[in-house]
Amino acid sequence: MLKNRHIQGWLQASPLTLVLIGFLILPIITIVVVSFWQATEFSIIPAFSLENYEFLFGSHVTYKVFYATLKYAAITWALTLLIGFTVAYYLAFHIRSQTMQIALFLLCTIPFWTSNIIRMISWIPFLGRNGIANSALQSWGVIDQPLEWLLYSDFSVILAFVHLYTLFMVVPIFNTMTRIDHSLIEAARDNGASGFQTLRHVIVPLTKPGIMIGTIFVLTLVMGDFITVRFMSGSQKANVGRLISNDIALLQYPSAAATAVILLITVLIVIGILLRFVDIRKEL
Amino acid sequence: MGKRPGSFYVLSAVFALFILFLYGPTLTIGILSFQGPTGGLTFPMRGLSLHWFRDLFEQQAVGDIWGAFRRSLALGLMVMVTTVVVSVMGGFAFRKRFYGSGILFYLIIASLVIPSILISLGVGLIFSQLGFKIHWATSGFGSQLTWTLPFGLLIMFAVFNRFDKSFEEAARDQGASPWQTVRYVVLPIIAPSLIGVGLFGFTLSYDEFARTLLTAGSYNTLPLEIFGMTTNVTTPVIYALGTMTTLFSLLIIGAFLLTVWILGKRRARLGSDAGKGV
Repeated sequence: MLKNRHIQGWLQASPLTLVLIGFLILPIITIVVVSFWQATEFSIIPAFSLENYEFLFGSHVTYKVFYATLKYAAITWALTLLIGFTVAYYLAFHIRSQTMQIALFLLCTIPFWTSNIIRMISWIPFLGRNGIANSALQSWGVIDQPLEWLLYSDFSVILAFVHLYTLFMVVPIFNTMTRIDHSLIEAARDNGASGFQTLRHVIVPLTKPGIMIGTIFVLTLVMGDFITVRFMSGSQKANVGRLISNDIALLQYPSAAATAVILLITVLIVIGILLRFVDIRKEL
Repeated sequence: MGKRPGSFYVLSAVFALFILFLYGPTLTIGILSFQGPTGGLTFPMRGLSLHWFRDLFEQQAVGDIWGAFRRSLALGLMVMVTTVVVSVMGGFAFRKRFYGSGILFYLIIASLVIPSILISLGVGLIFSQLGFKIHWATSGFGSQLTWTLPFGLLIMFAVFNRFDKSFEEAARDQGASPWQTVRYVVLPIIAPSLIGVGLFGFTLSYDEFARTLLTAGSYNTLPLEIFGMTTNVTTPVIYALGTMTTLFSLLIIGAFLLTVWILGKRRARLGSDAGKGV
């Protein structure tokens, strides 16, 4: 009986399965169920009702907020991809000693293991009305008045996203790049390809799986975020996550749950599309 | 090894700017946390003092940050140990390619990509509907595992994809029992990666905010406490706290990396007796 690899496999995976059932599947089921409940100011009532969804789809705020969420995701994706690819390319193809490569790679990843909230707070002295950026620009005579849009704006929100999440692009792209066979690049050069042609026709196509994994990370982190938008916009901007967290703060759980269901469906559609382009298990 | 192309210097400059972008803000609040007692949230520095660090040790200035720190530390260690054990077991399980492992794999990916606030909301709702009390060590602990386990498992998959099975076969041929094979052959080989899994488990838990927001109960963890401070504290004491937390994180990261390095050295020294006539 215990010799059977299927039973053994499930036994060894049972702690994992229990955690995922208890803290992933059941919470999602609960959210879906509660999204059909009703709420008064003081309590939530188990009943079947579509009013949360009717309200959600009937409100123009919903569309605006979903648009803002997708906008943040798209801009952050483009910037993190550009920066992440460049950094990974530099590490993988321009650093020749392996020790140096590991050292610089660690330098890029260490901030990932420190607190996101502290890293957001640390932008305040830079971007504030009397912050470093404004004083510097004023002393150079570039501007006369302090720029008001540096902090508590879309700009600061996206800056923080890029600051927090570029690592999620660097790591998988670097990982795929280090596995590219260098003889392919030599072959391209021997056949007369310029540096840019090698990049465009050899390196980029071979790096696609890494790019896809980085994309999955960045898009899901930005789409599910609520804290960065709240903190960096001084509560002046909204995305879907904030819509949910505001409802939670008002104890409107059914309404929060309905928004959460729509957000989850959106995220899963995006991931579903991306997973068609990459086999994650093969890339590890 | 030829001459460096021109693009090398351009990219080096880009890389340096990126590093500055990553670390600059953190260093800035590090400097600003030494503001004099009358200093504000930005430059200029009004004197140099440890005033704001002293404030951290006074209850009324900052609330219960030390209690929050102790809770975060305990929770981080709980999550770290659980993540390592469950990930290793999961890693072994997935090598067997059992029925349904594909579905379990997609659940792990789902756990990674699901917006954190959904876990927070869902777990909070379950606990309140069932009449359980939410607490950082129960609901908070489970919620954090949904974030740390996928990282642990992805590392284990990467490790076992590169694992040379002939080591195990050799052990078996020499008469080792399955348990002995795991204990004396497989675990020592994958040990450095397990330290990596531990590092992810501890730091991701220690810094986690969204998944603990609705699941920590009446006692805050440190990130929740810090976030609470951002809304009502307008003095550099928050920079002092940020600097202390970051230094603590760096200390932990350093300890983990050092352990990996020492293990590597030891292995290089003791790893093989080939050709030594033993």
